[in-house]
Amino acid sequence: MQYLLMLYAEEAGWTKMSEAQQKEGVAAYAAYTEALKKAGAHKGSNRLQPVANATTVRVQNGKSQVLNGPYAESKEQLAGYYLIEAPDLDAALSWAARCPGASHGTIEVRPVWAM
Amino acid sequence: MNPREGDERARSTAEEVARRSYGKLVAFLAARTRDVAAAEDALSEAFAKALADWPEKGCPANPEGWLLTVARRKVIDGFRGRQRDEVAAGELRIMAEGLEAAASSAEIPDQRLGLMFACAHPAIDAGIRAPLILQVVLGLNAETIASAFLISPTSMGQRLVRAKAKIRNAGIPFRIPEREELAERLDTVLDAIYAAFAEGWNDAAGTDAAQRDLAEEAIFLGRVVTELLPEEAEALGLLALMLHAEARRAARRNGAGDYVPLAKQDPEQWDAAMIEEAEALLLRASGLGHMGRYQLEGALQSAHVYRRRTGRDNWEAVVELYDALLEMSGSPVVAINRALAIAEVRGAPAGLEALEQVAGDARLAEYQPYWAARAELMSRDGAREEAREAYEIAIGLERDASVRRFLQERQAALAE
Repeated sequence: MQYLLMLYAEEAGWTKMSEAQQKEGVAAYAAYTEALKKAGAHKGSNRLQPVANATTVRVQNGKSQVLNGPYAESKEQLAGYYLIEAPDLDAALSWAARCPGASHGTIEVRPVWAM
Repeated sequence: MNPREGDERARSTAEEVARRSYGKLVAFLAARTRDVAAAEDALSEAFAKALADWPEKGCPANPEGWLLTVARRKVIDGFRGRQRDEVAAGELRIMAEGLEAAASSAEIPDQRLGLMFACAHPAIDAGIRAPLILQVVLGLNAETIASAFLISPTSMGQRLVRAKAKIRNAGIPFRIPEREELAERLDTVLDAIYAAFAEGWNDAAGTDAAQRDLAEEAIFLGRVVTELLPEEAEALGLLALMLHAEARRAARRNGAGDYVPLAKQDPEQWDAAMIEEAEALLLRASGLGHMGRYQLEGALQSAHVYRRRTGRDNWEAVVELYDALLEMSGSPVVAINRALAIAEVRGAPAGLEALEQVAGDARLAEYQPYWAARAELMSRDGAREEAREAYEIAIGLERDASVRRFLQERQAALAE
């Protein structure tokens, strides 16, 4: 099965970190991504730009409405994702727990519909 | 044999297989697809077919295998409809072969424990875990479970459906967790079983057959767990606790159906065999060197039984057990019982003082045993007005008529 790990974290946290800490953070993510790849579990991943660069769109009665900002204002924002292949939920949860994001934020694990 | 007799035999064989093997068949059918609802549907059709076929053709030599053969076709057809890709075709073949092999063998692999771990998975809403286990492992219907848990049947049905969908869609595995997470995950399974037992036990009179059965079924589940995990001390402790409580069921009522508190029960009426089994389980558990909540609660039951049987005061030991239990659980319910035990050792004022420590817990405002304990201790302390008031609230909160009568009598006795 495929699972999407959605990484939620406080964006401000990143800018508050020292350069050394940021470097360490980036290295931890790189190592995690590498481990996923080695295990053949990595299907895709990306880091997202801050919500300040987000725009939402919806079409109502044929008219499109474009708004500045994210879909929902919240303390923690979607900061990135991993799409992984795992045999079951427990395996996916154990990958999520190893992700550096689990230590400084929250990870939502969502199964992907098999098509 | 006349047709009526054949009917009768087929029905009783089917019922026996259902009782003994239902959970095993569901667990085995659903283990690969994780589709519990589909397995239940397939199995219920297989049982219906059995009731039609067996009276005519006679009961098969291996009824479990027969049911599995019929049910597996439906499960495979259902799975085929769900999956479209190449991988699934391979999975399907492996699954079909596995089910086939099992249907023709004498013994179906027992995956009930894996199923219970799936039902009590942290990804499943905590409140629905016990009902889910009762339904999928024991085959109880949503109405029966709903009435035991005081939830409307419709909403119970919907919550059960949602939980099963989550198991299937989120890919919750049917497996016994690895060593390092076993203890924590086992706790949720044991809690669910105990919740089922407690619901059955709430009917102190044992007049409601469905609820009484719930307690028996919980003991059955407790046995399944201890058979499959014989080295888990807490599983043994839970079974001991349930057996101790169950052993005294008959003694909790007198001939007129009135509630009899532990201190007034006739130990002759207790089920000696059950108590003996419980004691042996506790001894086995203590040898495993891993203390836990259920063993402590079992040990408390054991201490109460010992005191009543021998007439020897052991309240000091009881208080110590409650101390340990309170430290472990922090439960206000434990704190109440501890306060009552303290009153036995050091008098009512000390008991009231201990009770005061939890009085601030908002949950206790609606908790009958808190008010009954307060009333009892106030009355012993000579504070009649406070006692009367506390009895009043306890009576208002009680749902069992005979316990209500008991409390009313205690309240009336205050005036004398």
